[in-house]
Amino acid sequence: MLLIPCPWCGPRDEAEFRYGGQADISYPIDPDALTDEQWADYLFMRDNPRGDFAERWTHAAGCRKWFTVVRSTVTHEIVGSYRVGEEPQA
Amino acid sequence: VRRLREGGSRIDRSRPVDFRFDGREMSGFEGDTLASALLANGVGAGFRSPVLGRPRGVYSAGPEEPNAFVAVLEPSVDLIAAATMVPLTGGLVAESRAGVADLADADASRVRTCRRIHRHVETLIIGAGAAGIEHAQAAAEDGDRVLVVDERPEAVVGVPEGDEITVLARATALGVYDHGYVVIHERSYSGERVWHVRAERVVLATGAHERPIAFAGNDRPGVMLAGAVATYAAMYGVQAGERAVVFVTNDWGVKVAGGLRELGLEVAEVIDARSGSRIVGTRGGARVREIDVRDGDGAERSVEADLVAVNGGFNPVIGLWRAIGGEVRYEAAVSCFVPDRDGPPWLRVVGAAAGELPPSEPLWFVQEGDDSEKFVDLQRDQTVADIARAVEGGLRSVEHVKRATYIGTAVDQGRTSGVLTAEIVNQLLGSDPGAQGPTGARPPSTPVSYAAVAGPDRGMLLDPVRRTPLHSWHVEHGAIFENVGQWKRPWYFPHAGESMDTAVQRECRAVRTAVGIMDASTLGKIEVVGPDAPAFLDRMYTNSMSTLRVGHIRYGLMLGLDGMAFDDGVVMRLAEDRYLVTTTTGGAAKVLDRFEEWLQTEWPDLRVYCTSVTEQWATIAVAGAHARDVVAAAGTDVDLSVEAFPFMTFRDGLVAGLPARTARVSFSGELAYELNVASWHGLAMWEAVVAAGEPFGIEPYGTEAMHVLRAEKGFAIVGQETDGTVTPHDLGMSWIVNDDKGDFVGRRSLRRTDLVRPDRKQLVGLLTEDPEAVLPEGAQIVLEDTGRIPMPMAGHVTSSYPSAVLGRSIALAMVERGRELHGTTVYAPLLEGTIAARVTDPVFYDPEGARRDG
Repeated sequence: MLLIPCPWCGPRDEAEFRYGGQADISYPIDPDALTDEQWADYLFMRDNPRGDFAERWTHAAGCRKWFTVVRSTVTHEIVGSYRVGEEPQA
Repeated sequence: VRRLREGGSRIDRSRPVDFRFDGREMSGFEGDTLASALLANGVGAGFRSPVLGRPRGVYSAGPEEPNAFVAVLEPSVDLIAAATMVPLTGGLVAESRAGVADLADADASRVRTCRRIHRHVETLIIGAGAAGIEHAQAAAEDGDRVLVVDERPEAVVGVPEGDEITVLARATALGVYDHGYVVIHERSYSGERVWHVRAERVVLATGAHERPIAFAGNDRPGVMLAGAVATYAAMYGVQAGERAVVFVTNDWGVKVAGGLRELGLEVAEVIDARSGSRIVGTRGGARVREIDVRDGDGAERSVEADLVAVNGGFNPVIGLWRAIGGEVRYEAAVSCFVPDRDGPPWLRVVGAAAGELPPSEPLWFVQEGDDSEKFVDLQRDQTVADIARAVEGGLRSVEHVKRATYIGTAVDQGRTSGVLTAEIVNQLLGSDPGAQGPTGARPPSTPVSYAAVAGPDRGMLLDPVRRTPLHSWHVEHGAIFENVGQWKRPWYFPHAGESMDTAVQRECRAVRTAVGIMDASTLGKIEVVGPDAPAFLDRMYTNSMSTLRVGHIRYGLMLGLDGMAFDDGVVMRLAEDRYLVTTTTGGAAKVLDRFEEWLQTEWPDLRVYCTSVTEQWATIAVAGAHARDVVAAAGTDVDLSVEAFPFMTFRDGLVAGLPARTARVSFSGELAYELNVASWHGLAMWEAVVAAGEPFGIEPYGTEAMHVLRAEKGFAIVGQETDGTVTPHDLGMSWIVNDDKGDFVGRRSLRRTDLVRPDRKQLVGLLTEDPEAVLPEGAQIVLEDTGRIPMPMAGHVTSSYPSAVLGRSIALAMVERGRELHGTTVYAPLLEGTIAARVTDPVFYDPEGARRDG
């Protein structure tokens, strides 16, 4: 079970959180302007990297805040966690 | 008695302990394990193998034991345990078991209590051998809180506890998980505990198990691991036999032989495989009497012995390491697999587990002799011949051989057989040693009972139960409940002698002909507040909520981003900047989650706050032609006339003397008032309305009648008619999709090619040709009854009930191009025969809505 650093509450067990998939997939400004392919790309397609991955979590059984975690998909090592509006250091 | 005259560092000869094994009274000493006491009493051979029923004896002195399994019956029940791991205690009663537990031993009233403990430490040491103790003391000196766990009995572990060092004996680490999370199972005679430990650093000091050699007759009692023989002599003062032969592949084993002699055991001979000598057979019935030896020059001879001490090297205990993804490599000097490369930064492997082992030559099995007598997995009764058969059958992978033979799947989890199997496969395939490693490892490292894992989470503590404020009334009035999520909802209220069908029909008739009352408190309720609440709800619902006037109510449907129906409910506008949103009973949490997700991640600029108020309110639906009479009779200051209080509006006022928000919404199509009161007024309000309704024939109704009534009106239920692949257009609800108000979640998806296909499944009604026939929900619909399988399936039944008011059955279904099929006949082919049905509009009752205003 991962130990996830909530930027608001500190490190907590994974069981308190819910996963939200890849981070920084913004809702398109004008969905009507997108082709079906572009919309499907937004809706369904996600990266699946080997290595560091920025992903969204929410502290569902805690402060209920959404935030970003950068985690290695190989080792599960967590590089950092960031509040909405904070930028992960590349 | 086979106790040496002196020695035995772990036993206290001044303190005898009486116990009973397989019905015989015996005696040992404090500090003994059950296995050492059995050997001391000369009954170490009293076991059977599980498959072939061959005689077996104590084989090891530790957790790797594959033979000597017992059920402990006193002082508390343990259905199966290795005798080597059971500490001797006064009054112990145990019986031998052939590696398989007998559930008849389980006495529910005497099952040990199971508890759960959470603990945080800086350093967790798994294994209390020399390496583990060294690292524990070093960590404690650095100021760490240290937890040391070891699966052996307390007397064996014997680590000095300090202020900062906690030691758990009989505690098995079941699994090591990410970020230093370790689950540990601790047994004692008073109960079991599962520890959930989060450690900054985890040290695997799990040591090594001796590796046996597979030779013909190696399962005969008297054949033991050499280190175990030495342990019994040195630690327990027990001689495991009168006259020993030692069969080894390394100097360590030769030294053990010398040690045994010093302790007073007679060692007839050391057979060192490096000189070419081999044991090629054993003789002696249920106990070794004689062994057959072939020397390097080919000469064959026999040696009298009742004890064969075997060591073919060691295997590091690294199941926990491998289960978390740690890699291994074959190390030729010690002929075994050792941890390779670094693991996660918080995890270290030290000591023998890391491969610090005495050098040893490889010898997996002896060529000479009958392969079907050379046992590899003693607990699965699998031999070299069984492995050879699997390999000859074409299996090349150790993983496949494991699945063909079940090697490594018994209680001992292949602790003595895993590496041996891999190397025998390598050898049979002509590969180098280490070409394939042992099969994958995963938690739990040792079998653990469900009861221990569940701990206190059983019975009423398994999952929270949510009850409405009216629950006690329902219980007193004989309600049968159904679970809806965690909620208990009245399903129906049977009168004496009534079946469910009869009760539901009566409840439906009451609503259609007089008046009914239902507990709707479980509906999810969320207050959405703030100056941007109207704009926010416009983006969440397919229809407009900003245009809803204060005091009015609108039904709303939410879609997923993919355009599929997600949840629905009515929305009340309480003030310009305040809405009360209701959700389905099961959907409340996910709707609130979704609101918060969009507000936080996409629209943090919107000034909106969401609060779950589900449990603040008791919600009571009064439905039927007499609903107005009943609310009036209960007494209210609200003008109930149709003109003053139209459909889809609400009024705040007093009902039965209690403050109530009364809403004119209806899920049955009948005139209905929904009374929302503070939860603590719920029961008083319900009782007042029931009393006021008595002259009008009011009856409580449950969720089943509610479902029938709404199906008669063709109202779809999200999650019943829909399954995550159904759009509002599929449901015939295009009227609720407001394409002009601006963007909303799911809007763009509704234009996707796949979602505008003309052959999508659409909601229809079905009327069976035989009005008595009730289609089973889930039945597949075909357009032609060809009688030939397979038939192209065109849809499925989603809801189906006998309808009292219509005097026949009704069903809702999702059928391809369903709206074009109105009036045609479709078929549901079932095992017991085909049911024909006519496709209709889904609204069966009062399609013009005449009953809504009473």
